[in-house]
Amino acid sequence: MTAALEVKGLNRAFGALRVARDIDLVLERGARRALIGPNGAGKTTLVNLITGVLKPSSGTVLLNGEDITATSQAERARRGLARTFQINQLFRGLTVLENLCMTIGERDGNCNNLWRPAGAKSVVIDEALDHLDSLRLTDDALKLVRELPYGRQRLVEIAIALAQKPRVLLLDEPAAGVPSSESHLILDVVAALNPEIAILIIEHDMDVVFRFAKQITVLVQGAVFTEGSPAEIMANEEVRAVYLGEEGHKVARHG
Amino acid sequence: MGVSNSKSATAGDAARARAAEYLLSRHRFRWAEALPWLVAIAAFFVFPERMTFGSQVLIAVMFALSLDLILGYAGIVTLGHAAFFGIGAYTVGLAAARLGWSEPITGLFAAAILAGLAGLISGWFLLRYRGLTLLMLTLATAIMLQETGNLRSDISGGYDGLPGLSFDPLLGRFDYDLYGHTYFIYALVVLGIIFYFVRRIVYSPFGQALTGIRENVRRMHAIGSPVHRRLVTVYTIAAAIAGVAGALFTQTNAYVTLTVFDFDNSAKVMVMLILGGTGRLYGAFVGATVYMVMEDYFSKLSPTFWQFGIGLLLVLVVLFARRGVLGLIESAGASLAKRKKP
Amino acid sequence: MPHVANIAVSVLFDGLAYAMFLFITSVGLSVTMGLMGFVNLAHGAFAMCGGFFVVSLTRTLGVGFVPSLIIASVAVGAISVPFERYLYRRLYKSTDLEQVLLTIGLAFMSIATFTYFYGPIPKSVPLPGWLQGDVNLGFRAFPSYRAFLIVVGAALIAVLWYAFERTNIGAKIRAAVDNRRMAESVGINVDRLFTLTFALGSGLAALGGGLAIQLFGLTPSFAVLYLVLFLIVVAVGGLGSLKGTLLAALVLGVFDTAGKYLLADAGGFFIYAVTVVVLLIKPAGFYGRE
Repeated sequence: MTAALEVKGLNRAFGALRVARDIDLVLERGARRALIGPNGAGKTTLVNLITGVLKPSSGTVLLNGEDITATSQAERARRGLARTFQINQLFRGLTVLENLCMTIGERDGNCNNLWRPAGAKSVVIDEALDHLDSLRLTDDALKLVRELPYGRQRLVEIAIALAQKPRVLLLDEPAAGVPSSESHLILDVVAALNPEIAILIIEHDMDVVFRFAKQITVLVQGAVFTEGSPAEIMANEEVRAVYLGEEGHKVARHG
Repeated sequence: MGVSNSKSATAGDAARARAAEYLLSRHRFRWAEALPWLVAIAAFFVFPERMTFGSQVLIAVMFALSLDLILGYAGIVTLGHAAFFGIGAYTVGLAAARLGWSEPITGLFAAAILAGLAGLISGWFLLRYRGLTLLMLTLATAIMLQETGNLRSDISGGYDGLPGLSFDPLLGRFDYDLYGHTYFIYALVVLGIIFYFVRRIVYSPFGQALTGIRENVRRMHAIGSPVHRRLVTVYTIAAAIAGVAGALFTQTNAYVTLTVFDFDNSAKVMVMLILGGTGRLYGAFVGATVYMVMEDYFSKLSPTFWQFGIGLLLVLVVLFARRGVLGLIESAGASLAKRKKP
Repeated sequence: MPHVANIAVSVLFDGLAYAMFLFITSVGLSVTMGLMGFVNLAHGAFAMCGGFFVVSLTRTLGVGFVPSLIIASVAVGAISVPFERYLYRRLYKSTDLEQVLLTIGLAFMSIATFTYFYGPIPKSVPLPGWLQGDVNLGFRAFPSYRAFLIVVGAALIAVLWYAFERTNIGAKIRAAVDNRRMAESVGINVDRLFTLTFALGSGLAALGGGLAIQLFGLTPSFAVLYLVLFLIVVAVGGLGSLKGTLLAALVLGVFDTAGKYLLADAGGFFIYAVTVVVLLIKPAGFYGRE
């Protein structure tokens, strides 16, 4: 069966600095893959290459078997590729509900309408509210995003990605910046995501990784260091060495 | 997802209903929106001898409204908006002076089409850029347009202007009168129609998308919004409206010169918008009216004094009242509401 | 000299002189915009200010032309410091629009103030004898004043190049233009650098303003009339680049002069057409960074 997302031989350099070296990656339908690696390994860069924010020097990106290497970021989103950003990228001056309605409107073409009021299409509002319900954000629906605590903003970030009804979802450190008292909200959401969606999650927190991932890719200095199941990665001495001083103690704890 | 008892179920439903109601009712007319129109009609009766000036105020409001679509809602800063005003003004002027076409209402449509076309073409190329680059590109294109007019001053009348323009009576019956009464009502009706369209656009899903582009264009790309297409669309519409404002200018003044393309005009309309408050439908009304009235009063007293005053006002607005008069009113309203709470 | 070659030489010479004026006045704007990311539309006002200082110094106080230029530049540079520290600094994080409007407001205020004190009639400066008339370079004669302008420009280019490329301060400025945060983290006092660069840029603008009097006459409106030109030079050259500003000044100066010589009325067109073409191809200008 065609993979939901496939990356072949992806390369990217900034002058002499190679931030992506010959990266191969496959996400099957319903994948639950974590992307880990030390700081500066190029994890976010890889997501940027996949989503089209950056153009690769060479290599291909395939979405459901279709070559999207030359398409724009927006076009990839329309074809079912959604992402969250490491630092929230929300519409801070708008209400949570409007954030969602706009996302849905862009997805189903409603935003091409210059004439009918935004509130007229109740299906859009209903769907937005459904998304908010599933993330327990309904009470915040009419609050401006910038008035919410960071943890709840992070949930809105995920809600937007989900409202795109993606087939492939790239989560860039979804719990980053969230106080540990609230991070379980995020993690519950991630754990309960639609099993049909292929998910790649960048994470530093090994608790999250081992709870969520069925497959792990380790990225070091822009190249794929190794791949495998959580058990294999846990047992891998070289992975621990690479993480020594960073997450090493956490890996050791799970080992 | 877990057991929910009946109490939380109804609470959840209530929240949903409230949320839906908010969105559904945002676009409904509020009584306060009748205010600017009532003021305009009142002005007609209270200051009947100032109606030629009154028409100019209405034209300025329309011009500022067109810029608000681009600047206030889409968040795009340009320095060449006067170009579209000028194209509209000259469409009507040249048609009357060189082609003998002096029917005013078709003139408006022609101006809208030509100015809109200019917006479409220039927008398609230029809206790929931002910041200083866009400022310079839009400024340079506006100046080049002006220089072209100057080059063929035999056609355009140059800076002396197109001579002896006259226009047919409106709808075949209402003719120009010395006090400018007919034209004031004409301008008011046109402004009303245009405002109706702008209001619908602003409250539509498209208008929402524009706000999204202004708030976070990175996010818009990431959710699949065709940003460039949206911007070119709104730019074209804004250009067409500016063109209508220019056309009205020529008709109400029976005169047009190349100064309509001046950078001064592009700057003036930006000042008007900032004064009133960007991204708020009525900012154009407040800002343009306040500016025009002040300019009329102070520049007669002393042009130098006026220039100093407007400069000072700009500085003060940017430092202390960034969201303009309407922004100040909103803040005042919000703090009053807070104080009312026990 | 054969007729065509004669015209070509004249055009090049005048173009070069014009380019020097553009460079001197614009280089400060380019560096401060590249360094601080601040759109300063009051830059022309500093130039105008310098021009009027020179007028007062020479006409009212009888100071010589060249000493007046120096005094005016230093004075305006010094005056600009409180503007940067107490006003501009508050808007470094603001939007482009707010910076544009604030500085336009300042420009209007300055034009009105100078109109009040000096009146709207164009001013001129009394030039010393050696700057009047022509200077004979053997194969033909050239207007002395323009030759002076070229020499001053060349000297300034050399000094600025040396200061930027060879001194410590220059290195710090270049580093901060390149990557402000990194520069801060290695201990460069970026705040003081801003003030220094801004003062230098404004002083140079004043020098340009003083030099322009003989070329264009001086009215308070100079502040906005020529602002467009300075912005164009900066945009085409690339923010924060000495090389870029120089190249842009040369290209635009020569093109504009040639255009006006060859096509009289249509001449004014060229400078804007060149701008549009360059920016469409290289939006960040010749040597700007994306």
